Amino acid sequence: MSDLLKNLISGEVLAANFEESKTSFNTEEALDEANRCLYCYDAPCITACPTGIDIPGFIKKIASGNLKGSATTIMNSNPVGASCARVCPTEELCEGACVLNQSTKPIPIGDLQRFATDWAIKNEEVLFKAGEKNGKTVAIVGSGPAGLSTARELARLGYEVTIFEAKSEAGGLDTFGIVPFRLPKDISLWEVEQVENLGVEIRTNTEIGKDILADDLVEQYDAIVLAIGMSKVPMLGIEGEELEGIYDAIDLVERTKNGDYAEEFIGKCVAVIGAGNTAVDGATTSVRLGADNVKILYRRTEAEMTAYDFEYEFAKQDGVEFRWLTNPKRLISDENGHVKQMECVKMELHEAEGDGRPRPVEKEGSEFLMDVDIVVKAIGQTRHMKMIEAFGLNHNGGVVKVDPETFITSNPKVYAAGDMIFGKGLGEAMVVTAAQQGKDTALAIHERFKESVTDMHNRVN
Amino acid sequence: MADISINFAGIKSPNPYWLASAPPTNTGYQVQRAFEAGWGGAVWKTLGEPVLNVTSRFGASHFNGQRVAGFNNIELISDRPLDVNLKEIYETKKLFPERVIIASLMVEPKREKWHEIVKRVQDVGVDGFELNLGCPHGMSERGMGSAIGQHPDLVEMTTMYAKEAAEVPVITKLTPNITDITATAKAAARGGADAISLINTINSLIGVDLDTWNTLPNVNGKGAHGGYCGPAVKPIALNMVGECARNPEVNIPISGIGGISTWRDTVEFMLMGAGGVQVCTAAMHHGFRIIDDLTEGLENYLDEKGIDSLSDIIGKSVEKYTDWSNLDLNHKVVARINNDVCINCNKCHIACEDTSHQCIDMLTDENGNDILRVREDDCVGCNLCSIVCPVDGAIDMIDLIPTEAPMSWNDRQAAIEILERR
Repeated sequence: MSDLLKNLISGEVLAANFEESKTSFNTEEALDEANRCLYCYDAPCITACPTGIDIPGFIKKIASGNLKGSATTIMNSNPVGASCARVCPTEELCEGACVLNQSTKPIPIGDLQRFATDWAIKNEEVLFKAGEKNGKTVAIVGSGPAGLSTARELARLGYEVTIFEAKSEAGGLDTFGIVPFRLPKDISLWEVEQVENLGVEIRTNTEIGKDILADDLVEQYDAIVLAIGMSKVPMLGIEGEELEGIYDAIDLVERTKNGDYAEEFIGKCVAVIGAGNTAVDGATTSVRLGADNVKILYRRTEAEMTAYDFEYEFAKQDGVEFRWLTNPKRLISDENGHVKQMECVKMELHEAEGDGRPRPVEKEGSEFLMDVDIVVKAIGQTRHMKMIEAFGLNHNGGVVKVDPETFITSNPKVYAAGDMIFGKGLGEAMVVTAAQQGKDTALAIHERFKESVTDMHNRVN
Repeated sequence: MADISINFAGIKSPNPYWLASAPPTNTGYQVQRAFEAGWGGAVWKTLGEPVLNVTSRFGASHFNGQRVAGFNNIELISDRPLDVNLKEIYETKKLFPERVIIASLMVEPKREKWHEIVKRVQDVGVDGFELNLGCPHGMSERGMGSAIGQHPDLVEMTTMYAKEAAEVPVITKLTPNITDITATAKAAARGGADAISLINTINSLIGVDLDTWNTLPNVNGKGAHGGYCGPAVKPIALNMVGECARNPEVNIPISGIGGISTWRDTVEFMLMGAGGVQVCTAAMHHGFRIIDDLTEGLENYLDEKGIDSLSDIIGKSVEKYTDWSNLDLNHKVVARINNDVCINCNKCHIACEDTSHQCIDMLTDENGNDILRVREDDCVGCNLCSIVCPVDGAIDMIDLIPTEAPMSWNDRQAAIEILERR
């Protein structure tokens, strides 16, 4: 991370650290790679994409100069395709499936997807039209990938869609939860705009239970889709957690997305607890905020960490250190109530339990002290229990139960999609999966109502 | 969304894309698959006396990592019984009444033979005929195909035979294996053709195996010349289309054929006067699904240009295409190198120094950076440097402000003549 401007402390310079880290393909790069694509038939990259984008098709359109068609192909299958071009673990999905892995090297599908969608963003293209109104109304709670995707598909099918969003801007995880140097906020907001262009109303700053009651929604709309994602990082449950200098990784990322660069990290020693993608985000954000030393502490080992390989690699490139089999036990205060040290304990792995992952157990007498100025918590996310209860839905420890085909919850009028139905212990949910669930939910809703609506053939490109 | 339907010599097609008469249109199964994919029409693989074929049949020229820059074949016309083809044409047309089916025909150059096949095929309901007077291999040795197409009088006569019996439009397909394409194009028009289509394939030998010394494609140690097509032949085809389009004695619709692989190629052919296009090699390389980008790219292009209908662009570049002697001798173009974009491969320098007009200098600027600069006084504006340059925007070809009034060679010779007369 030598190119980071660590020593310079004005906010303006910090802002430069948060610009998108990877540059976009120029036209020559895009054409070279697009022309290298074999344009396979029944291509494995399509199968590997959770949203089933016609990848060879969109790439061929880049090669022919039909960039609008290319962006349309992408966004048609994936309403958050511009974000996914940046955040998908492509080496595990499309690029991992590319047949050229067996001969030369795979096509950089994510970069080409970004090239095509960037063109659409730059040229302010309107890619889709709303369907003719069919008289049915749907309320969607949450405007993240799953909510937006549901809304987009329903609007194209002619439904009148209203999204309720608690935050000041729409887009959910893509807008607030992914570090800006990987996914700039503007990209997500463009995807929001594409959905709004279809006549979808997005009511921001609107909380269920406060501004409108769950029961009222259920009464007023023909169907309700919950796509509220997950909540804050849970408590570590250790002594000293209330001290100054303890951060929630998700809050920290959200602040940087809003252009609020915490200056208290400059020159500091930071410990990040957890080893998922959010932990990597917390760590790389700390580096970019000017921290002198950043460590990720994980109670298991490299083999069990849930961060994607490219995220792990990214953190290492940023100079983040990793302390495996290490767990915090206690946070120790200085005279001003600010954390100054952390007592840690070494762990060892025992045989796997229910979730199939090896169980970390404290190694007796291995406690040691670590000097820290800041602790960033990234040990997963809690569930929006209040909301789940407000709708009276059956759930399993906060994971809302749905019919896997129809996405209907225990309340037949209420559907759920995205992270809120994503089971525990399955690594991290992907944006692209949420997008597909949104599409599937919309189709399930349409399947239910299509008999009763006037015009069901009004889906347009 | 722009309208990309066409009315070609009275034949209405939902888009300008027809599959050319070739292996992709061999059977009803194939043509129906193509129509399902979205093709506007198909010119059925040539009907005539069924033939015997050889294996192998195809060869291709790959260029610098890109496969199928050019393609050649020694396959003959349909080797399936005429009855079977006619039955499948009937069934296909019934399933897809809005799509175009043209029957390609080839028989001996005898009036009764042409009358007979035209009537038989007409009875199953085709939208038009295409006369295969261009196949350059095999059939030509039997006095058909390009053996006819190379003689203007035979082209005229054969066209006339077909027209005498045909109740639907007749398109005469021309061979490029001839010195002046307009000679046969005019003959077709004289024979009463409703349209011409061009080009058929070009005589070719695709290669020789360096180990066996067999010519390719190889048939048991022997080979024969084939017909060349694919992206590499596009400039040849585009010129021939343009030459026919600007010739007032031709003056009938042109179906453009030859290396059309993308919607961009389509735009070029139509600007040069084609009223529709036919595609083969690109479909053989990638399958019928290419129609998606061919049509969508065309619609997006027209929308972007604010053009409502594809028909509005037909022939729009024809008036710009003329004889060399009408070109302005006083027009000056020079190259300018943008050193901030240049990546210093020096390809422009060596191309100019060795093979053009020695006007690109390799220099060092005041900061010690390598730069390239054109001596504009010596530059003849040939385009070579910008052709070999691998980076977009590194070399601009600039039109200089004219210092003299436009003057072509013809103008100049006319002026000299006047002076000499005084």
